Amino acid sequence: MEAALDIKERNPFIATKGKQKVSLRCDADSISGCVSQRACVYCGARVVLNPVTDAAHLVHGPIGCSSYTWDIRGSLSSGDDLYRNSFSTELQEHDVIFGGEPKLSRAIDEIVAKYQPKLFFVYSTCIVGVIGDDLEAVCKRSAQKHGITIIPVQSSGFIGNKSAGYRAACDALLRLITPEQPLPRKANSVNYLGDFNLAGEAWIIRNYLTEIGVSVNSVFTGDSNFDSLREATAGSLNIMQCAGSMTYLATKMQDEFQIPYLRVSFLGMEDTADSLRKIADYFGDPAMLARAEMLIARETEATSPIIAAYRGHFNGKKAAVYVGGGFKAISLIKQFREIGIEVVLIGTQTGRPDEYDTINDLVNDGTVILDDANPAELERFMTQQGADLLVGGVKERPLAYKLGIAFIDHNHDRKHPLSGYIGAVNFAKEVYSTLCSPVWNYIYDWGGENRG
Amino acid sequence: MDEQLLYSKNVNENPCHMCMPMGGILPFKGIEGAMVIIHGSQGCSTYMRRHIAEHFNEPVDVGSSSLNEKGTIYGGEANLKQGLDNILRVYNPKLIGVLTSCLAETIGEDVERITLDYRKEKGLEDFPVVAVSTPGYGGTQNEGYLLAVKRIIMELARPTEPHNKLNIIIPNISPADIREIKRILALLDIEYTLCPDISYSLDRPLVRPFTKISTGGTKLADIAKMPGAVATIELGVTASTEESPGHYLSEQFGVPCYQVPIPIGVQNTDRFLQALTAITKRDIPDSLLMERGRLLDCMVDSHKYNFNGRSVIFGEPELVYSLAVTCVENGIFPVVAATGGSDRLTQLLAPIFEQYKQEIAILSKADFATIRAKSVELGANIAIGSSDGRYLTEREGISLVRIGFPIHDRVGGQRLLSVGYTGSAMFLDRVTNTLLGNKYGSYRRSMYEKYYQTGNTPQSIGGAV
Ligand code: SF4
Repeated sequence: MEAALDIKERNPFIATKGKQKVSLRCDADSISGCVSQRACVYCGARVVLNPVTDAAHLVHGPIGCSSYTWDIRGSLSSGDDLYRNSFSTELQEHDVIFGGEPKLSRAIDEIVAKYQPKLFFVYSTCIVGVIGDDLEAVCKRSAQKHGITIIPVQSSGFIGNKSAGYRAACDALLRLITPEQPLPRKANSVNYLGDFNLAGEAWIIRNYLTEIGVSVNSVFTGDSNFDSLREATAGSLNIMQCAGSMTYLATKMQDEFQIPYLRVSFLGMEDTADSLRKIADYFGDPAMLARAEMLIARETEATSPIIAAYRGHFNGKKAAVYVGGGFKAISLIKQFREIGIEVVLIGTQTGRPDEYDTINDLVNDGTVILDDANPAELERFMTQQGADLLVGGVKERPLAYKLGIAFIDHNHDRKHPLSGYIGAVNFAKEVYSTLCSPVWNYIYDWGGENRG
Repeated sequence: MDEQLLYSKNVNENPCHMCMPMGGILPFKGIEGAMVIIHGSQGCSTYMRRHIAEHFNEPVDVGSSSLNEKGTIYGGEANLKQGLDNILRVYNPKLIGVLTSCLAETIGEDVERITLDYRKEKGLEDFPVVAVSTPGYGGTQNEGYLLAVKRIIMELARPTEPHNKLNIIIPNISPADIREIKRILALLDIEYTLCPDISYSLDRPLVRPFTKISTGGTKLADIAKMPGAVATIELGVTASTEESPGHYLSEQFGVPCYQVPIPIGVQNTDRFLQALTAITKRDIPDSLLMERGRLLDCMVDSHKYNFNGRSVIFGEPELVYSLAVTCVENGIFPVVAATGGSDRLTQLLAPIFEQYKQEIAILSKADFATIRAKSVELGANIAIGSSDGRYLTEREGISLVRIGFPIHDRVGGQRLLSVGYTGSAMFLDRVTNTLLGNKYGSYRRSMYEKYYQTGNTPQSIGGAV
């Protein structure tokens, strides 16, 4: 086992793949003072719900929370764009002392008067949880008054980490989709869970599914809206891309509405093909399966040579992966394999035990696996493992660059799709653009010690 | 749109400011060997790190006491102390800043006492820990910044023998700006202490080996000696006496304090140099006068183009103030000057605009919904401020000249130079060229529509677009 820097409490969260299977500690609170990369409950809830395009997203809390999450993710819409605003009650000292409920209901009134939204998500933040504002009651009263749907999101920052926020978002979505009367099932239709349409991914996948004869009933939550989500329970199958945020919703929908779910991944050629087959298999329609095979064959033929050409540049390169969820980490190991790169360090912010098991099975001996890492650990292990490339979020980018390592953003800060075959090409191209950039050739010592 | 909705106090629609601890982080990044921890829940520090890292493209490590439910109910003292332990172990800092978040303040954590106890328990009585109370709901990032600077000075400054150096209090300007101020001081052969100084720490050259805490920043020993300085120049006129770090040094130690605006534009830079020469009795070197001449030349070259500009300026009050003055002296009339925070800006700007017949909206505690509505109403055609103004471009077609903090949708926020005579000319060129870009981009179409079509809407204008 690798020793974590100087903080022994971190040791159980770090392991090295070896003969003996080690169990990694995860799903625990961050250790104080460790510069965790994790966000909070509110942030988890906001990122999941924000892509709902015709909703007013109202943050009940102080201004910072709303400021830092304005238009978060930059997800795309085909219609409404109310979701791109960040509304806040901007609580002040006075409200903290006397309570913020009256301000919240006035805020709702004002937004209704200005925009007439059908749907509100009202998020609670740290201090709302402490001062005890009754979000539920205010939302209910306002909903009755205006005859619209207003859903409180219980996302006080301190009640857990980002995963708790995902659950809070799923609870809110469940309230939204539960119909008064059960809806009739639509044949051969799926709900696509866990795609936030950051750069048109939900559209790409919908095109694939349409081609093989599956209709997409609703997407959670990329380019979704009030009406499409209200129809969700008419879907006959749930397919789930981002497991971290959506497993809870998928199991609930299975229990409450008897909609089964499949885990899919559209990251990389291998996973995309597997997922399309899995979906066609589920519906048990030979014609659909044949169409899926046709699509796979056609796209593979078009994509493989491009990937192979890139692959030729990546000989002997090693990658470090530090992403939010476990399932994405798993997909990335496979996707790197497709382009001929070995993953030598892998970690997540919120991975679960079964995901770490899968990761452990997939990686080579000597790979460092870690949960809830921090910059100091990333620096140490990337250097030690000789990584040439880091996949991470915006905060990690400068660290990689300062260490002279290539970098890929797999989260918010990209404007090209990474899903499906087009995504596989984009991924290889992005890896190429950073790993094979000429700039690295000029980072050498010149004019004495410690120069760049 | 009816006025009441526009100036609502119950909803902030698209914030034009951030919270106090965010501002509190920045000064610590400009102090030698300093590390910061935020006492509160994990999310606050992660957001702020992301925002700051995006702007500067530098690693920005900020600890969190990661308060959870238990800490919230029973008090977070143990968490904070453990956090301090871990920060000391991993980062080996020379100073630790402790900021509070909304959560810690709401549950009534006394960070001052906790950190005192901690130092006693660990036998670290002499180790500097600067506790700053920064409730997110207590003010904007601007107040957080000022308070952190003041608290750092309060903690470190000691009565000292008088010496030759000048104190310069630096507001939230770019590392490139700070380097330019240093260059001017060097030209005048003035010894100084800049506080805080992020010019190196948040714009690091790529050097090896990598260090967890960046080198650079104001030296602790220099801050200790600030009370012995000849004078303090505070680059800022919008802080209240209570907020002003320079005022603190003058009250406590009798160091005379001169407040001048951020030196952008000819008048503001003149004021800075006047203060410098008045205090030090140095002459302004010819080379600097030449730079002044070049700025004047630049202003003359551009004045006609600039006369078409109707600007909306927004952001931190200090920057808005200087930019408004700069716009005025160049004939770019500011139709909206807005800040998410203090109304001191209104008091300062109102007299400047009294002489003009045109209407100007000076907005404090503003959000972008208000700024947008006012910009449209008053016909703004160029926006000057942080990246958040991109919505003015996206929704209203008003081009944005980026300056200030945060710039997160373009690279190089840390390298933008806008102060001094040379920096002002560079800033002005950015503005003028944006106005020219708009003009060149649209004049063919607008002339065609105006004069050729004689009032009819064109079906197709062929290659004219
Ligand atoms: S407003 Fe308060 S809770 Fe929100 S990010 Fe700022 S300190 Fe944290």
